[in-house]
Parts: sequence; structure tokens; C-alpha cells
Amino acid sequence: MEKVTLKIFRYDPGKDSQPYYQNYIMELEPGITLLNGLNKVRATQDASLAYRMSCGSAICGSCAMKVNGHALLACKTQLCDLAKNGLVQIDPIGNMEVIKDLVVDLEPFWASLRKVRPYLVPDTLDNPELERKQTQKQFLLIDDVTTCILCASCYSDCNVLEVDNEFFGPATLAKAHRFIYDSRDAKAYDRLEQITELYGVWDCTHCGECSTRCPTETKPMARIEEIRQAVMEAEITNNNGARHVLGFRETVSKSGRLNENYLPARSVGFFNIPALLGLLPVGIRMFVKGKNPPLIHKSIEKVKEVKSIFSRLKKYRKIKPQHITKGDINRLDEDSISERKV
Amino acid sequence: MYSHDVVIVGSGLAGLRAALEMAGHLDVAIISKVYPSRSHSGAAQGGVAAALSNMDGDSVEAHTYDTVKGADFIGDQDAIEILCSDAPRTIIELEHYGCAFSRTDENKIAQRAFGGHSFKRACYSADRTGHALLHTLFEQSMKRGAELQIYSEWYVTRLIIEDGICRGVVALDIKTGKLEIFHAKTILFATGGYGRAFKITSNAYANTGDGITAAYKAGIPLQDMEFVQYHPTGLYEHGILLSEAARGEGGYLINSDGDRFMSKYAPTKMELGPRDIVSRSEQTEINEGRGAGPKKDYVLLDLRHLGKAKIMERLPQIYHLAKDFIDVDAIKDPVPIQPTAHYSMGGIPADNDCQVFLNETELCKGFFAAGECSCISVHGANRLGTNSLLEALVFGRRAGKKMLHATNEMKFSPVNEKKEISAAKLEIDKLLYNKGSEHLASIREELQETMTYKVGVYRNANDMEQAQQKVNELKDRFTRVKVSEKGKNFNVNIQEALELSHMLEYSELIVAGAKARKESRGAHSRDDYPNRDDENWMKHTLVFRQPDGSCELKYKPVRVTRFEPEERTY
Ligand SMILES: Cc1cc2nc3c(=O)[nH]c(=O)nc-3n(C[C@H](O)[C@H](O)[C@H](O)COP(=O)(O)OP(=O)(O)OC[C@H]3O[C@@H](n4cnc5c(N)ncnc54)[C@H](O)[C@@H]3O)c2cc1C
Ligand code: SF4
Ligand code: SF4
Ligand code: FES
Repeated sequence: MEKVTLKIFRYDPGKDSQPYYQNYIMELEPGITLLNGLNKVRATQDASLAYRMSCGSAICGSCAMKVNGHALLACKTQLCDLAKNGLVQIDPIGNMEVIKDLVVDLEPFWASLRKVRPYLVPDTLDNPELERKQTQKQFLLIDDVTTCILCASCYSDCNVLEVDNEFFGPATLAKAHRFIYDSRDAKAYDRLEQITELYGVWDCTHCGECSTRCPTETKPMARIEEIRQAVMEAEITNNNGARHVLGFRETVSKSGRLNENYLPARSVGFFNIPALLGLLPVGIRMFVKGKNPPLIHKSIEKVKEVKSIFSRLKKYRKIKPQHITKGDINRLDEDSISERKV
Repeated sequence: MYSHDVVIVGSGLAGLRAALEMAGHLDVAIISKVYPSRSHSGAAQGGVAAALSNMDGDSVEAHTYDTVKGADFIGDQDAIEILCSDAPRTIIELEHYGCAFSRTDENKIAQRAFGGHSFKRACYSADRTGHALLHTLFEQSMKRGAELQIYSEWYVTRLIIEDGICRGVVALDIKTGKLEIFHAKTILFATGGYGRAFKITSNAYANTGDGITAAYKAGIPLQDMEFVQYHPTGLYEHGILLSEAARGEGGYLINSDGDRFMSKYAPTKMELGPRDIVSRSEQTEINEGRGAGPKKDYVLLDLRHLGKAKIMERLPQIYHLAKDFIDVDAIKDPVPIQPTAHYSMGGIPADNDCQVFLNETELCKGFFAAGECSCISVHGANRLGTNSLLEALVFGRRAGKKMLHATNEMKFSPVNEKKEISAAKLEIDKLLYNKGSEHLASIREELQETMTYKVGVYRNANDMEQAQQKVNELKDRFTRVKVSEKGKNFNVNIQEALELSHMLEYSELIVAGAKARKESRGAHSRDDYPNRDDENWMKHTLVFRQPDGSCELKYKPVRVTRFEPEERTY
């Protein structure tokens, strides 16, 4: 039978001065999952190897680990799909401290989740003895995002979290989305306000890692995109992110291209003197290095065509939450849901 | 030593629901060996039962009768009445907490049909009902975070009961390897099922019956341990559940000759016969040599005739499970399946308020049990699908209510800290330093094979005699088990050894109960006693631990209120 080498990250802070890799060679049985492979290693070669597991069926979210550099669930992945030239490298998930081997301290992940009031804040009930009404379409709007199993694969591979651990992170923003888009939640507007602040939706760089790694239908980046649209619809624009979007749109729709001198100031706010001063050093450094954009901003030749694209776009928005107003239960444009479901 | 008014062991549906009932009123702690959202309640797919009548003319009465009959008349009927009449309120409550349910055209909670239920009674959230319910309660526990202390990744090894009073537990902090006493006025066990003793099982790695074993070792009897439910469609070798929907949507079951064998066993209902009958039919095919595969040890679930469109639209989860876990493309090939150990009907005996029994009649002071680890008994000899999520929610809440009351009237009873810690430590040291060289994984594998093949879907005196000897042999070998990892932090090796010791302990009780019960009832099916015997066996088994470690069987009557036993035909 074909062989495979599992090259596994090992570290026991109580014993080892630093982490190292250990190789385990095993037979590549057809149909064997990575988790069962690891279980074989533990049973026959090395009982000290530590990792988490529980359900064995991709629903509990325990067994996320990095394989060949990317997070995935060990229990639902075929070992043969992972082997590259007979080698599989396994590391603990990222952006968290290692407790032992493949086990990390998940506390930052849970702590982030707790920041966004991760529970329904309902309106008063019409009749406490009956279920609240919700249409199947409204249910479908939160169907995808409620598949999240809190495995932290997204948290592990998020590029922003790598440099800024204050960022709410993909799973947490998806959790916020779950309530913003739940027709039974009364705090959609407040939630939107909260996650447009620093470390919220506007800090995501749209790299797409989280959605690629997500083993469920949650796909955080798509949810973040939807929240951003909802934020703009709700006209929560008194923040850098929203101003950035508006400024971007303004300059491109006017001149057909980006006014790079205008945009940073527009984003932080023209009357925000301290922040404007904060931008100066960067501007000066760019100027010195000759990287500054032209001082006089010119329109492109076919600016008319750009303008017509913008006016048409207005008519085709994908998810359009109708009047999300303060304290009001959000209602969503139901036609847009079927669009997303297909 | 940690001290809390109330300690709840387990953070599945039962444990969390009980905690919410008491949070804010008492100092409540939850101990769980996995994070709450990892509890096995999350794996439930099909639904949760309640006579809401959102689809048809269902009634609490009908639900009650179906459950009594499903239990093969050995469920306690007063408890079943509580379960079914509290069901509608329970579902509404979970909806109000924010659980996302699939909806009807009238925007009410949608309900689907389920085996053994005579109406559309299963409320569901797409194909992940348990997950939706568990995450909803987890969310509520975060909401009440300030009022609840959750000790995640702490492993309870011992229950402290002295003079009929429950005083606390000893738990191991998995992260640091430290043993601590949790001192409490009242304790709730909500530790889930014990299906991991079987080789083929739909249960999580965590379902090792730790709670029931700790209770048993502390002097509490266990009830009806012989009743273990087997589900007909477990993914071959993995045991992972393929939902009943596979057959509901028209899937065939075929043997190695390509025959739809159900025509022999249930000619009218065919593949849609009740779970126990279908499981037994599959096993007969395998036992008589018509199994498929090189080892002839599985049958096939054939979906090919449904076509790609229908499979992907209606049964996507099944498609993905087969693809991801055994690399079989259900559109092109039939999926290997076999009966899988699924649900534990037996457990810690408790009354309708979840107070645990010390013996046939007396209660243990301060000790409560709810959810799958308890035996109240609402499921009797055979649980109906969708009734157990309900049980965990209904009785979790009832436990909380009763404990709220009881705790206020109780004082902390003294605990001998030194003695308890050293007993727990000794247990672990015996594993670490016994100088033996017995291989842990082999003992576990041999136990699981024994339980699946000798105490499985079909049982008989001869097989069970062998099983009993084998379990005894394994228990003996286990005293010389080798635990090579001696480190303190996150020592999974110690944990799996403790878990195996529990599996060995309660497996012996499953065999003892099953061997003694000379009849076939519900999930307990014997080819040497193929009929139900109400005259001699309409009673609950209670198994007591003797000072020398052996077990003694006693029996207690079934509580019948409205429905006299009748033949169970579908
Ligand atoms: C695959 C599958 C599908 C199912 N589908 C359905 C369905 O559709 N409908 C239905 O009604 N039922 C279904 N069931 C059954 C149902 O899911 C369970 O009976 C129910 O969820 C049990 O809940 P619980 O709260 O009692 O225990 P669990 O959710 O299993 O929780 C047990 C808890 O105890 C803790 N624990 C255990 N031992 C220790 C220890 N030593 N120390 C500390 N903590 C410990 C665990 O960490 C966990 O938190 C299904 C079961 C399975 C396996
Ligand atoms: S898309 Fe945003 S949230 Fe997702 S990984 Fe990239 S930066 Fe992080
Ligand atoms: S969003 Fe996806 S990757 Fe992130 S925790 Fe949830 S299931 Fe895991
Ligand atoms: S073990 Fe539960 S998700 Fe992999």
C-alpha cells in the first residue's frame, strides 16, 4: 500500500524549549480521513500527540487544524486529497497561542464573539404562547449563516487578525449578521452601528480567505459584504469606512477614476483635524519618494460612460434591507433572497 | 477547592437549559469536557417533536400514545405524559430564544413526518435541528454570562456521595492536569449518551458514559442499560448517521446480489419500516452472507435511480457525507451502510423532577440527572426519533426548577478534600505507573468489536456469554494498561484511558442486563427469545455495584397510567 508521511507540529510548553516537527509514516488506506489517520498515529505510534476532536462528522467544530498551510476540518477531509508527494504538513490553527501540539487557546475567539451581543434581542411579544411569525424566505435569509459551527478556521486564516488582534474577525461578524438579518431581532440598527466602528466590518480587506476556509455555508466574507451594503442603506455613514466608500464612489462617478489626494481626507472626515494631521507624515514621505498622485486630478476621456454605469447600478442592488431604522425590526426585500439562494 | 451553589456537569441541551433556569438566582457553574457548542446535541439532524398541529390535526394525546407504543410499553407513562404535554410550550420557548426554524406557508414553525409518529410532529431547522437548538442555548448562556460560570475542558472523574447526600465532584482541568474538587449543594448530571462502547456508532468520541459510570461507582444504580438503539443507516465503518430522509425520499436498500431485501421482511412498507425492523433485516442479510464488499459486512443504500438533481436538492448532506468520509459518489454508486449504535435508553434512574434514586424507592439528596444520561424513563425499550432533543429540553428545565427550590433549602455538606483528591489521584496514578504494557487502543478496539458483534442488533445467550468473558478479560488487561504520556497539560492519553475504564465498566452492565432479560422488546432483540414477555419482563432493570466491584440485578415496576400493553405492529 502507498505510504504517506504526516509531518506534525509538536510543542509542549511544559517540556520543550521550542516547537519542532515530527514525522510519522503510515499507510495511505483508501477512504481514510485525516482525523482517522491521526487517530491511527495515536493508537499505534505516539499516544502523546494532542489535538481536539469530538463528533467525527463535521458538526461540532473541534478538529480545525492547518494542513499544508491552510485551516480545515480533519474529520471531513480525505487524507489522499492532502498528500503532496507523499507528505502532509500539519500545524495548529493560526492567530492563537498553542497550548500543546495542535491544541490552541481559543479564548480570543470566544471573547471576540461575546463582543457583538451574540443572542437575539427581541421585540415584545404579541402573544407569549405562540411562536413569532417568520416567513420561510426570512428563515432562508439566515439559513446559511446559522450553519456556522464555530470551528475558528476563518479566525485562523484571516489576514487582518494576523496584524490586528482587535479586529472582530470573520466568525464574529457572521454572528452579527445572523441577528441583523433575523426578522425577529429588534436591534438591527444598533448592531450595524456597533460593527461599523473601529475593528468592525470596514477593517476587513476582502481577501476571501475566511470564505475559502469555511467548512459550512456561513462564508463570512459574503456576509461581511452584505452587512456593508446594509450599513450604507441604513445611512450609517459617520465613520471612516463608509466615508471611504462614499468618497470612492464620488470621485469615480465624477471623473471616472480615483482621486487619491481627496479620498484619505474624505475617509477620516474633512473637519477631523487631528486625523488629518495624522495623515500628513505619510503624505510627506510619499512626496519625498516621488510616489504622490498628481496634484491636479483630471477626468478620464470616457467619463460619460462611467456615469451611465453608476446610474444603472443604482437599480440593481442585491440584498436590500428596507427601512432599518433605530429600534425598528428590520424588514428585508424578499425578492433579493431568492436571488441569493440560487 | 471551588465552591458553587449548583454544579451542572454537561453543556448539551439538558445542561444548558437547566442552567438558564437557575442563573441569576443561584451561583451556578457548568463543567464540561468540551466547549458547550461542541456537545453532541449539535449532531442531531432530523427534528424535535411537539404536537403543535401546525401541519395537521395532531394532539398531545396522540404523541403520548405513539411514545408509549414506541417504547414497547416499558416507558413510565406519567413521565411520558409530562414530556408530551410540555412539548409545545418548550418549542415556543426555544423559538422565543431565537432558534431559527423552517417555516410553513402560514409563517409558523414547519413540521415533518418521522418514524413511529402518527402525525407531522418533528419541528426542524433544515437538516441540523440539534445544531440550531444547541447554538441558541449557547447564545443564551453568553447573554447570561455574568450569572453563569462555565468551566470548559474540565473532565469530571468522580462523584462524591456520602450517607445518601451528594456533595460535589472531582474534576481534572484538561489544560493543566490539575485535580480540583467542586463543592456544591446540588449537582446535576447532563452528561449524554454511552454509544462509544460500540465499534459502529453515530455517537461522538466524547460519548463515553463518564457521568453514568461516576454515578454508578458512587453507589447509584443504573437502569435499563441493555436498551441501546441501532439506526439502520450508519455510514460503513464510520457509523456516521445518514438521515432517515434517504429512505423517505425513495432510496433502496440492496444486498450483494442487488436485491431489495426489505421485500422479505416488510413487504408493504419496504425500506420505510420502523428503525428496529430495518436494522434487524440488514443484520440478517449480513449474517447470512449476503453482505457486500470484500468482508461481506455491509449492505448498500442505493440512491442512483433518484438522479443527480433530486439527490443534490433533497439529500445534499448525505451526498457530502458519503463523498467526504468514504469517498463514494452517491450519484454514481450505492453507498455502503450498516446498522449503527445510536441512542442510549438506559442511564441514571430519576423521578419526574430529575431527582436521582439511591435504590428502588429512596432518593439521593442533592443529586439530579437529565437528558440522555438519565433514565426517567420516557423512552422505555426504544426511543422514537425526535423525542430525545425534546427530553433534554423538557427535563433540563424541570431539573432546573426543582433544583432552584431544593438548593435554597440546603446547606453545603462537608467534603473530605484530602481523601477525595487522593482517591482521584490514585486512580490516575494507577494508569500512569502500573508498569504494564497492555495496549490501550487494542483493548478499546476489542471491546468495541465485542459490543457491536456480540451485543448488537441481535443477541443470544451464547454470544453474550462470550461477550461477558471478553469484557472481564479486557477489564483485567486494563489494570496493566500502558499510558506512555506522563505530562500534565492537555494529556489526551490519560483522558482516553479514563474514558476506556468507563466504557469497560458500563459495557459489563449492558451485557449483564441484556443476558438476564429473556425476551425481545424494542431495541433489545434476542434470537433465542424472539417474543415480548409482558408477564415476566414488563419491568425496569436496576443494576447495583457490589463492594467487590461485581454487579447485582434488581427490578422495579413500570408505571402504567392509561395505556395497557398491546402488540406493537406498524
Ligand atoms: C447523530 C445523532 C443524531 C440525532 N438526531 C436526533 C434527532 O433528530 N432528534 C432527537 O430528538 N434526538 C436526536 N439524537 C439524540 C440527541 O441528540 C441526544 O439524545 C441529546 O442531544 C442528548 O443531549 P444531552 O444534553 O443529554 O447530552 P449531550 O448533548 O451529549 O451533552 C453531554 C455533555 O456532557 C459533557 N460531559 C460528558 N462527560 C463529561 C465529563 N466526564 N466531564 C465533564 N463533562 C462531561 C459533555 O461535554 C457534553 O457537554 C441524535 C443523536 C445522534 C448521535
Ligand atoms: S475576507 Fe476579511 S474577514 Fe475574511 S479573512 Fe479576509 S480580511 Fe479576514
Ligand atoms: S464561519 Fe465558517 S470557518 Fe468560521 S467558525 Fe463558522 S463555520 Fe468555522
Ligand atoms: S470532530 Fe467535530 S467537526 Fe471534526
